[in-house]
Amino acid sequence: MSNESPVSLPRLKLAVWKFASCDGCQLSLLDCEEALLGLAARIDIAHFPEATSRSAPGPYDVSLVEGSITTERDQKRIQRIREQSRLLVAIGACATSGGVQALKNFFPQGDFVRVVYPKPEEIDTLSTSTPIAQHVKVDYELRGCPVGKHQLLALLASIAAGLNPRQSTGSVCQDCKRAGYPCVMVSASEPCLGPATQTGCGAICPRFGRGCYGCFGPMDSSRPLAMAQTLQDLGLSARQRHDLFQSFNAASAPFRLAVQSDDA
Amino acid sequence: MLPAQEFDLLLGTLAKAGYELVGPTLRHGVIGLGVIERAEDLPKGVADEHAPGNYRVRSDGSPGWFGYVVGQESWKRYLFPPEQTLFRAERDEHVVRFAGETPETRRRALLGVRGCDVAAIAKQARVFDAYDPGSSAYGAALAQTFVVAIDCSHPAATCFCTSMGSGPAADEGFDLALTEIASDTEHYFVLRTGSASGRRIAEKLTLEPATRLHREAASAVSGRAVELIERGLDKQAAKRLHADHPEHPRWETIGDRCLSCGNCTMVCPTCFCSRREDTITIDGTSAEQRLVWDSCFNRDFSLAGGIVRESIASRYRQWMTHKLSTWHEQFGESGCVGCGRCITWCPAGIDITQELAAMAGDRGAPP
Repeated sequence: MSNESPVSLPRLKLAVWKFASCDGCQLSLLDCEEALLGLAARIDIAHFPEATSRSAPGPYDVSLVEGSITTERDQKRIQRIREQSRLLVAIGACATSGGVQALKNFFPQGDFVRVVYPKPEEIDTLSTSTPIAQHVKVDYELRGCPVGKHQLLALLASIAAGLNPRQSTGSVCQDCKRAGYPCVMVSASEPCLGPATQTGCGAICPRFGRGCYGCFGPMDSSRPLAMAQTLQDLGLSARQRHDLFQSFNAASAPFRLAVQSDDA
Repeated sequence: MLPAQEFDLLLGTLAKAGYELVGPTLRHGVIGLGVIERAEDLPKGVADEHAPGNYRVRSDGSPGWFGYVVGQESWKRYLFPPEQTLFRAERDEHVVRFAGETPETRRRALLGVRGCDVAAIAKQARVFDAYDPGSSAYGAALAQTFVVAIDCSHPAATCFCTSMGSGPAADEGFDLALTEIASDTEHYFVLRTGSASGRRIAEKLTLEPATRLHREAASAVSGRAVELIERGLDKQAAKRLHADHPEHPRWETIGDRCLSCGNCTMVCPTCFCSRREDTITIDGTSAEQRLVWDSCFNRDFSLAGGIVRESIASRYRQWMTHKLSTWHEQFGESGCVGCGRCITWCPAGIDITQELAAMAGDRGAPP
């Protein structure tokens, strides 16, 4: 009785999984530092190879999934993870849109492999990098490259409390305006994807006078054609616009449309 | 009459009366709002240029301290904060305790409020009072606020206050109002008082009375400002926009350009929508509810839950017709003060005055 948390809510069994990714989102979880202690009061980390080699078998209450699907082996692995998880949360740009590696989706597979690897014949991968939701049912998605640690903690806290987590909506611009950061596009003609990008990062880049790179991906009302037109009016060439859209979330449908509209 | 070299006397008197001073400050090339202590903190010798989707501040070496208009921020952040905690709840064993957060009621002097923004403050006060008669948090904050208005001398290309009857000089709704007269040879302010607390502050300043010449110079500043305003909005057509043109094809054209980013609603000094957000700590022992500025351009914006307006055209129509037309039915006046922020700070450069003219000029079109 004495070692229970003061509120007798059930503990959560958490697993963290990695697919094609840089590990940065998992590091965001480790980066929570002192908040991890609070986390430990409610959550048992059953599987988290980035943090510990100890691993407990499923089923799990919550699986955090980082990375995109790029191999046949991973196609099968994500199915097994889904089967063992009550809730599955895709974390980060790779898991939610395919990541920067989804650039390969738009080119013949062999081209990249020949350029990058000394022994291309040893590479066994799919021709695409795809988000988790394209393979299994995803309960929640956290955007960003990497995810915001405050969002990650808030999500886990909501799940731990049995609440429906609030998903961010609206543009990055709204964070800028609430915080009082001057608009870099209107006041300095900096190319910025803020008007098309889902909020949640706290407008980190505009806060330091830089345009948004769109690492949180398109918001649910993203207006790719209007965004492309706005960037064109700002003086950006087609190439410059494409570079902006084709980064962390290159394969997301709205950002893809912004590029395709020029190719048409 | 307050000579410019004695401006700090006004600031000092307000500070001594217990007001925190907030006024225009130049930050990252934009005239924002921030705490000021001395006249030195004001953006001096600068001018601003506004166009749809474009804003620049340049140093023009002019002798004035207020030769620009409104920036991205409006004063609403001091009266209706972008984020505020409504209540906290703590859980201990089997007991949950709720503690309401008292909204901040700091005594604050807003310095350099333009006519349009003086009108906006009054409009927001009426909105919040309609929802919460006599006891709104906004009303409580406003009661602690001292408004020092400044008459605009150099309106921007996006200003249309004259159409909305809110400027360039404020008629009412301030405690003190100043007209700045600045040239290479003289620099002073002519004061008007607008309230009992304004008169109390003015008395402490022991000013020289303004002469006829001073007063004429002041009215020339406002007269010239009126002349300089290029933009207009047909207020009657605006009031009828919702009834006359609910299905005008122009809405779709706007919808194609609109980013649905919500910038217009955030910078608008009268937009008042908010949502409630709940957060809980990871150990489940404490939670809070916050009120956060929201936007009718967000897909999930709805009182009923679910998605009410899927098309972007319908969202812009909702925002614009509420501002110009249905605000009349709801609050008995227009919701627009003609500050032009929604034009300047729209990244796509959508111009509410031009859009109204395009639709209202088309009155013959089928409804």
